[in-house]
Amino acid sequence: MYNGGKIIAGLVVFLAIFLFPFYYNFGKANAKPEPKLNTPVIQQLAEKKCVESKDFMRQEHMQLLNDWRDSVVRDGNRIYVNAEGKKFTMSLQNTCLNCHSNKKEFCDSCHNYMAVKPYCFSCHIQPKEDKS
Amino acid sequence: MKIVLPLVAVIVLVVIAFAGVGIAGMQFLFGVLIPYAAIAVFILGFIYRVISWSRSPVPFSIPTTAGQMKSFPWIKQNKLDNPSSTLGVIGRMALEVLLFRSLFRNTKTELRDGPTITYGSEKFLWIAGLAFHWSFLIIFIRHFRFFMQDVPLVIRMIEGLDSFLQIGVPLLYLTDVVLLGAVTFLVFRRLSMPLIKYISLPADYFPLFLIMGIAITGILMRYFTKVYIVGVKELVIGLLSFQPVIPDGIGVIFYIHLFLVSTLLAYFPMSKLMHMGGVFLSPTRNMANNSRAVRHVNPWNYPVHVHTYAEYEEEFREKMKKAGLPVEKE
Amino acid sequence: MAKVTTPKPAELAEALEYTTPKTEWMDTPTVIKPGTFCWGAKGKNLGIVEFPNARDWTPTEEDWKLPENWQEIFFKGMKDLLGKYRSFKVFMDICVRCGACADKCHFFIGSGDPKNMPVLRAELLRSVYRNDFTMAGKILGKIAGARPLTIDVLKELWYYFYQCTECRRCSLFCPYGIDTAEITMMGRELLNLFGLNTDWISGPVANCYMKGNHLGLEPHAIMNSIEGMVDDIETITGLRISPSFNRKGAEILFVTPSGDLFADPGTYTCMGYMMLFHELGLDYTWSTYASEGGNFGFFTSNEMAKRLNSKIYAEAKRLGVKYIIGGECGHMWRVITQYMDTWNGPADFLEVPVSPITGTRFENSKSTKMIHVAEFTADLIKNNKLKLDPSRNDNLILTYHDSCNTARGMGLMDEPRYIINNVCNNFHEMPENTIREQTFCCGSGTGLNASENMELRMRGGLPRANAVKFVREKHGVNMLANICAIDRATLSASMDYWVPGVGVTGVHELVANALIMKGEKERETNMRGDPLPGKEGN
Repeated sequence: MYNGGKIIAGLVVFLAIFLFPFYYNFGKANAKPEPKLNTPVIQQLAEKKCVESKDFMRQEHMQLLNDWRDSVVRDGNRIYVNAEGKKFTMSLQNTCLNCHSNKKEFCDSCHNYMAVKPYCFSCHIQPKEDKS
Repeated sequence: MKIVLPLVAVIVLVVIAFAGVGIAGMQFLFGVLIPYAAIAVFILGFIYRVISWSRSPVPFSIPTTAGQMKSFPWIKQNKLDNPSSTLGVIGRMALEVLLFRSLFRNTKTELRDGPTITYGSEKFLWIAGLAFHWSFLIIFIRHFRFFMQDVPLVIRMIEGLDSFLQIGVPLLYLTDVVLLGAVTFLVFRRLSMPLIKYISLPADYFPLFLIMGIAITGILMRYFTKVYIVGVKELVIGLLSFQPVIPDGIGVIFYIHLFLVSTLLAYFPMSKLMHMGGVFLSPTRNMANNSRAVRHVNPWNYPVHVHTYAEYEEEFREKMKKAGLPVEKE
Repeated sequence: MAKVTTPKPAELAEALEYTTPKTEWMDTPTVIKPGTFCWGAKGKNLGIVEFPNARDWTPTEEDWKLPENWQEIFFKGMKDLLGKYRSFKVFMDICVRCGACADKCHFFIGSGDPKNMPVLRAELLRSVYRNDFTMAGKILGKIAGARPLTIDVLKELWYYFYQCTECRRCSLFCPYGIDTAEITMMGRELLNLFGLNTDWISGPVANCYMKGNHLGLEPHAIMNSIEGMVDDIETITGLRISPSFNRKGAEILFVTPSGDLFADPGTYTCMGYMMLFHELGLDYTWSTYASEGGNFGFFTSNEMAKRLNSKIYAEAKRLGVKYIIGGECGHMWRVITQYMDTWNGPADFLEVPVSPITGTRFENSKSTKMIHVAEFTADLIKNNKLKLDPSRNDNLILTYHDSCNTARGMGLMDEPRYIINNVCNNFHEMPENTIREQTFCCGSGTGLNASENMELRMRGGLPRANAVKFVREKHGVNMLANICAIDRATLSASMDYWVPGVGVTGVHELVANALIMKGEKERETNMRGDPLPGKEGN
């Protein structure tokens, strides 16, 4: 007895699951997110620079925000000194979102692409944006 | 030797990826060519192995009957451990594959003076085995958030559940902890139990160290030396949609992780890891114990030379007649 | 052959420990130790059944008188078996050496020899497989766990494949169901390609082939043996019964292991069958041609097993019976359940067994058309067809040993217990990890029940004996019931060795004691001639 049919069926199911990402993505363009930096506040900045370097912010912003929260909420310390010695107020609402007022086009573009759901706005108020 | 060798092999793999990407800048080789080759080897190798098993028939019905057989209506059959129907077999296999039913039976034999031999319950191997395999599966499923541009709800839910304790940023995955813990236990078990150490081969340590390496690099890049994760997904989607790209600034640790995963995939079909497919083909588990009621056919059954009754009577006819036994030929 | 002395139980127990040698197993040479192996097969016996390389040989001698090209024969045979058996191929490939089986084998538990761990027993052959049948083994050699097949490796394979009783206990615990019985069967089949068999197996095989039974009883000897039992039955019950032989037109052919015809306590069980069938007025016949239920061919090669087994259906057809009842035996029932119909079926000249007394149709054996006598009797008792006086067994405090094969190769577990509970008043189970599907082998199955390997047998019998000892101390058990001819022969020895004072009995001996027969005289003794409880003073 060989049970060839059952074995082939088993293999097909296994391959269908394993190869799913290939045929799911087949022919689709790689819709890489392009976070927008064109808010009015940013456009008016003389030096278009965040609190830290772009590379650092790209990889560590979640850690930085977490540290800020702890610093403000637990220690009452609201002053952040960056790598260059410049001082900033630690505030999501007033510092970060002041420039990045376009949450949907900035924060969400990557977060949605990566299926990440930060819980910043469980407490904070979301910035008011145009419907666009 | 049999422990050091596989450990060194995994370290060498890490060094190769580190040097290849971090020093020589061969992102395309490690990020595109090797993963493609590894996936091809895995798929073709897996199919080859399963097909080669399936080309040998199952000549006899040899289930290991692990409970009361189907008998009279007034005797309770153990339908899962000694199934007599296809449905029962499916149940038995599901228990075996999903819950490791046989390992759950495990006992520990202890010899005391007397001699007195006792068989205590021994569930650590079962628990560690389950923890290891299930966390590995969940981690694999969770990775679909890198494999699909629009991540479906079910994947997001699994990810949410896995990180529901909300420890740290990014949120700590429970499966990361469980997997690493289980793998460490399985290595420790091989090293600390003399009999298990005695039977272990380099081929038993290598996959454990390799998976440990994969888990550690994964954990490092999520929680410690972070990588440019959007770039990682871009690279992965590029691979999967056959439009390979190498985004800048991803970080070497990702390529090390990817190289170790590629190694695991390529190594899989030629190793004991094929138990993943083999468990489904094990005749002692996947057959119904109904061979008394339904004839099992052996495709290579052939006529054999037998000693017939006629030959037997020929030899003993006189003795049989004398004893008063009926004979065919007087 | 020199007499081999067996160590005393205390000496053996004292030296028992579960440790590993300093050297890796591949680098630890195997020494063939007296007391743990059976004498080599005789050329004459191998020749009778046309086995290759038929010659006399001695395992302890350097020269095993193998053909020049034995390696070539081995590999050709291995390739052939890998192509024939999916089990073999899969089991060679997927073991992860988790070690769950390691301490489940009675031979390991009783000997402490690491190569008796099922995983390592299989690795002995797997290492050869890797070396010559896998890419990794060919390239990486020893690192991949491969080793070349040298003469020493061959001798090691022979030594350890004849230290496995194919009881399948390891298979129960394996997460992939890897069955060492299957691997041992393949190993023995390969060894038989150049005559590496044992005398204790090849002798019975030759006997069974020519004379119809392992013991080599010729037709008149079988009748004499049974006549002797008929006399004993008359002495005990006052009833003269008259069994028939080779009778055409009987409804049922009865086949039991020939051990039941030959020696105590098997004969008591055999008398039990005859008394039961007489009481029922069953229309059955014995056969002198198919006078063996067991199958030592099963311990050599698949083909030999089939050749011996063919007689049962052939005789059933010749005699024109409707179906077959089989006696109490272990491996016989693995063969009947999992092999017979496939080899020598379909038995379309027979009818689905129906009990002529109760009318019960045995649907679970509608293809093999052969039922176990325990099923037959359990059905009778359930339907109140037997008059039983269990108090006649009141001198016995019983426990029940499941045979490996009826437990793990069939699943016959509750029927014999049902019978015991109806014919006896004192029954106690052994600890749960030692009964039913987790039962321990008697230590002497698969043709290892010789006398020259007594030390091995007593070691292998330790786990079973130890469980009996437990119930003996707890409940005063003095009798071990079972449904296997090899058990009846070998457990007697291991009880005497490890748990003196415990006897061994077949289930149908207990039935015979309790059975109140029509017209019987007032019984004074049980089947063994011992006074019945309450009649001791007579």
